[in-house]
Amino acid sequence: MTSSAETANHRHGRHFNPDRDVEEWHGRYYPYDLVKEFLIALVVVVLLVVVLAVVFSSPDEKPVTVKSWSTSNPIDFAQTAITELDGTSPVATYGPPYNTTAGSSQSIGPFSPESWLGVHHPIDTANDFVLAPLRTLPSQPKVEAAVAKYTSAPTDQQAKWTAAYEKSIASPKVSFIAGTLTVPTGSYGPVRTIIGSLTSMARSGALDGALLSSRQFYGTDYTKPLLFIADGTYLADLAQNQHLSGDQWGMMNETGNYPGQAWLWLYTFWYQVPPMNSSSNGDLQVWAIMMVLTLGLALLPFIPGLRSIPRWSRVYRLIWRQHYGELGGKQSSG
Amino acid sequence: MTLRTDLDSDTSADVVADLPEDADQWTAKLRHAAVEALPPERLMPDRQPAYVASWIYVFGVLTLASLAVVIVTGTVLAVFGPTWWHVSSEGLFVNSLHLWSVEVFFFTMIVHLWGKFFMAAWRGRRRATWITGVVSFVVSVGAAFTGYLSQQNFDSQWISTQAKDGINSTGAGAIFNVTNFGQMLMWHIMLLPLVVVMLVGVHVLLVRRRGVVPPFAPPDRVVREEEPTGLRETAAPVEQR
Repeated sequence: MTSSAETANHRHGRHFNPDRDVEEWHGRYYPYDLVKEFLIALVVVVLLVVVLAVVFSSPDEKPVTVKSWSTSNPIDFAQTAITELDGTSPVATYGPPYNTTAGSSQSIGPFSPESWLGVHHPIDTANDFVLAPLRTLPSQPKVEAAVAKYTSAPTDQQAKWTAAYEKSIASPKVSFIAGTLTVPTGSYGPVRTIIGSLTSMARSGALDGALLSSRQFYGTDYTKPLLFIADGTYLADLAQNQHLSGDQWGMMNETGNYPGQAWLWLYTFWYQVPPMNSSSNGDLQVWAIMMVLTLGLALLPFIPGLRSIPRWSRVYRLIWRQHYGELGGKQSSG
Repeated sequence: MTLRTDLDSDTSADVVADLPEDADQWTAKLRHAAVEALPPERLMPDRQPAYVASWIYVFGVLTLASLAVVIVTGTVLAVFGPTWWHVSSEGLFVNSLHLWSVEVFFFTMIVHLWGKFFMAAWRGRRRATWITGVVSFVVSVGAAFTGYLSQQNFDSQWISTQAKDGINSTGAGAIFNVTNFGQMLMWHIMLLPLVVVMLVGVHVLLVRRRGVVPPFAPPDRVVREEEPTGLRETAAPVEQR
């Protein structure tokens, strides 16, 4: 006697495929209380979660602010600020969705969705991170004059000043003593005043507020201060100490000894292997791989070969060992 | 005309019973289709086939129970607002419950997924069940990710500034700005939980509609027969159990 699934398959003109079709169950049934099972599972999970929360709590490392960064490491802040002013920082040269830097978008052959979608969160680092915040300082004629002199100077003159300052600020002779940033003498024009004033402004906490994207009273978009902070080495050094950097599988970790997003292990794995770990298109390559794999997982029932793996692996014999045991017993006794 | 009062019993049932059913009515059609697809005894069965006898089956219901705890603890956090858990020990404890319920949720869901993979649980017109399960997992990853971005602490800062490169490379950064706390909080507490709950709901209804996938037929009951177009697999005639 054929099974009803088989009958249905013949009716539709196709043969029984063990990786797609099943024989309908005509065997025994037994009482199974789903509601009771769910409530017991709920109690078990609640108890487990309470124990884990009591024993391990949860991490809550204080966020870095521009104030805390510039207070802890004012020279790193100043070194970052000058790259924002001269347009050489990672964010200044990022491309879409922040700005239009040519050739910065990631691509795989002609496929470059980043450049297709263009700029959606425009950031001009010189103005947004440095000059505009300085203009908000009240009653600072020296700063106002420096900003005016810089903005009215020709571009090549600006570049000479910033290049000279950027070179000097990287020197080991730079010091920060008693609230003053001291840089070796050079032809910096107004740039020394601009970066020195911005450093003071940052240490006072005023720059955190000035960097918020929203000019309204309420603001929830921290894109600008976050990107500015991320351009420095201070945040990355803290992350390195917390085993969070990219080569430490950082995307799936969190601060402290917590499991983090362990389910991102495969995503994080691709960043550890060539060519993704060194390619300038690594992010897009990893995402392309993960999208293909995710699509493959969702459509597994349709993919010949892959959908046979469970049957070939015979792990199901372990899961249904009682069923096959009874079946074997029946056959041998029959 | 008969006047009825609130004291008369079962009035609405009497009145409805007297009316002929309008078979063309959309509401009636939807009700019939729903009841046909999921009659009560199939929606909430009190019997299961004998092969449903393995610890692996527990992980589906454990995933649902964990999701319930995730939602309840997340709701408590939402009631008190995003600052509460940073400044009070009660809030920190609820946040810890939320974090660990998410960890348990993912652990049980992944074991459930692997279990269903090795059962080839998509067999027998259960492909939509498998697909909704996988999509639920993927959306849950997004929900957890936006949770990490909404913590307003060092983790959020680092994860958002690192993750932006991947998101931006796909072009999604144009509308999905991981460094925008307000946007990520909305996705985390409203949009993604809604999608996860809806998908899981559909997934569970599909499980109930199709039932638990039966075991593979033993190899000696599946024979190969030559077809003009090549080797095809077909089921051997099986005895009624």
